[in-house]
Amino acid sequence: MVQAEAVHKSFGRLEVLRGIDLEVYPREVMCMIGPSGSGKSTFLRCINHLEKIDAGRLSVDGELVGYQQRGDKLYELRESEVCQKRSEIGMVFQRFNLFPHKTALENVTEAPILVKRESRSAAVDRGRKLLDRVGLAQKVDAYPNQLSGGQQQRVAIARALAMQPKLMLFDEPTSALDPELVGEVLDVMRGLAEDGMTMVVVTHEMGFAREVGDSLVFMDGGVVVEAGKPRDVLTNPQHERTRSFLSKVL
Amino acid sequence: MADALRRPAAIKAVPVRHPGRWVAAVVVLAIAAEVLYTFITAPNLQWGVVGHYLSHRLILQGIVTTLELTVLAMLIGIILGVVLAVMRLSPNPVVSTVSWLYIWFFRGTPVLVQIFFWYNLALVLPHIGIGIPFTSIQWQANTNALIPAFMAAMLGLGLNEGAYMAEIVRAGLISVEHGQTEAAQALGMTRLLVMRRIVLPQAMRVIIPPTGNETISMLKTSSLAFVASVPELFTRSQQIASATFEVIELAIVASIWYLAMTSILTIGQYYLERRFGRGTQRGLPPTPLQRFRRMLVTFHAPPPDEAQPVVVPSPIPRRDGR
Repeated sequence: MVQAEAVHKSFGRLEVLRGIDLEVYPREVMCMIGPSGSGKSTFLRCINHLEKIDAGRLSVDGELVGYQQRGDKLYELRESEVCQKRSEIGMVFQRFNLFPHKTALENVTEAPILVKRESRSAAVDRGRKLLDRVGLAQKVDAYPNQLSGGQQQRVAIARALAMQPKLMLFDEPTSALDPELVGEVLDVMRGLAEDGMTMVVVTHEMGFAREVGDSLVFMDGGVVVEAGKPRDVLTNPQHERTRSFLSKVL
Repeated sequence: MADALRRPAAIKAVPVRHPGRWVAAVVVLAIAAEVLYTFITAPNLQWGVVGHYLSHRLILQGIVTTLELTVLAMLIGIILGVVLAVMRLSPNPVVSTVSWLYIWFFRGTPVLVQIFFWYNLALVLPHIGIGIPFTSIQWQANTNALIPAFMAAMLGLGLNEGAYMAEIVRAGLISVEHGQTEAAQALGMTRLLVMRRIVLPQAMRVIIPPTGNETISMLKTSSLAFVASVPELFTRSQQIASATFEVIELAIVASIWYLAMTSILTIGQYYLERRFGRGTQRGLPPTPLQRFRRMLVTFHAPPPDEAQPVVVPSPIPRRDGR
């Protein structure tokens, strides 16, 4: 589903990604861990072209992200084409980023109506079902600031799902939550994984990575240090850097 | 609920006295009374004349013109302001430079001069026309017919306002958190869609207070249309005054009407702000009437906690509502 070959990305003179190679298979849940500043979030944002990569190749579902290859030349995609591709990839942010001037239901139905041009009634119908699925059937008319952090994040997940994405990206979805609210969000994500959604999850929740993840990637300094089955990486890390990181967080 | 039973009685204490408030009130009242008395008893000020012209037909016609001028100029200003602000933030360098130049020019010259310019344009350009170059297709009109006095004032005020509104709108747009743009983009929305549906509505909360301020200001600035002989409130009052020599009386008449109109606008602005404050506060702030009532009750008592004007126990349980 996602293929990365030698992906590089710099912000000014700071090189954040220094050659990322990895592959996410359909229906796979890949968890990414690593210290802050290691490039996990940046890599995630490259996948839906919120950041432009400087070198290497990155493709989703066999198509390059942000470019099109014709012959041996690369052409930058136009805005409408980039938007079309983004609409097939769901993203959930650390800070939720719900639209504060819209109710939970309006947050969920906004993009299907405007981007996919669905009829309002169809979008509202599915929006209600999605909010029910994340356990918020009672909260359809609540504004984001009337919801707890966990509830907001579940609305955000429903909002992303409303576009019927083929891939979901999670950028530290539980890092801004009170400890007792983390569980409800992880439960929703676990349900998604069981339904066969392809997911890339940047997280610090080792328990989730171990139980739900199909693969685990440890990143540091802009490179993938170690990757493999979560159980193997967590219990039997091969690299010194991985060992020292895990010894601090576990 | 054993705790509730053992809850001690609410504290009853003598509130702190505020003698300073009473002293200030007496001093302010005394000064106000003195000023009023001076004017009311001024020997040559004919209050009857003020009363007579307050509802004079010409004055009322002037008010209508003033309101028309204000509304139209603000409309031009707001639309132009939004367009210029979006242009200014555009990644297209040509578009953003054009916006910058416009703001630089129209904010950098006095609005009085601009009205004057439009009004007297016929002196240098007797005819204005547009046509397609190298063909005979063209359209032309007499400048004075195309830009009558009212239009000149409207253009002068509106184009100038556009430059100020652009900066107000821009400030509002950049006040919206960048995460909002990213979330909308991640859903596949185009730049214009993000602007229209996500950023602009949220920017309104920041844009509206200064816009209300600009509208109130415009109502008064519209009196500059005097130089283009537009028959608005101030022009009318001065026309009457020049015939009757009751200059101060008619200035008072104009002032009373301006004050009345700005007062109404102030109230309108307040409710507009409340409307666009939705989703940012848990409870709406009190209306002026509610606040005034509360002030009467608490004048000599400690003020209520202003930070939380409406103490509504949140109906939403913090924990999962399933």
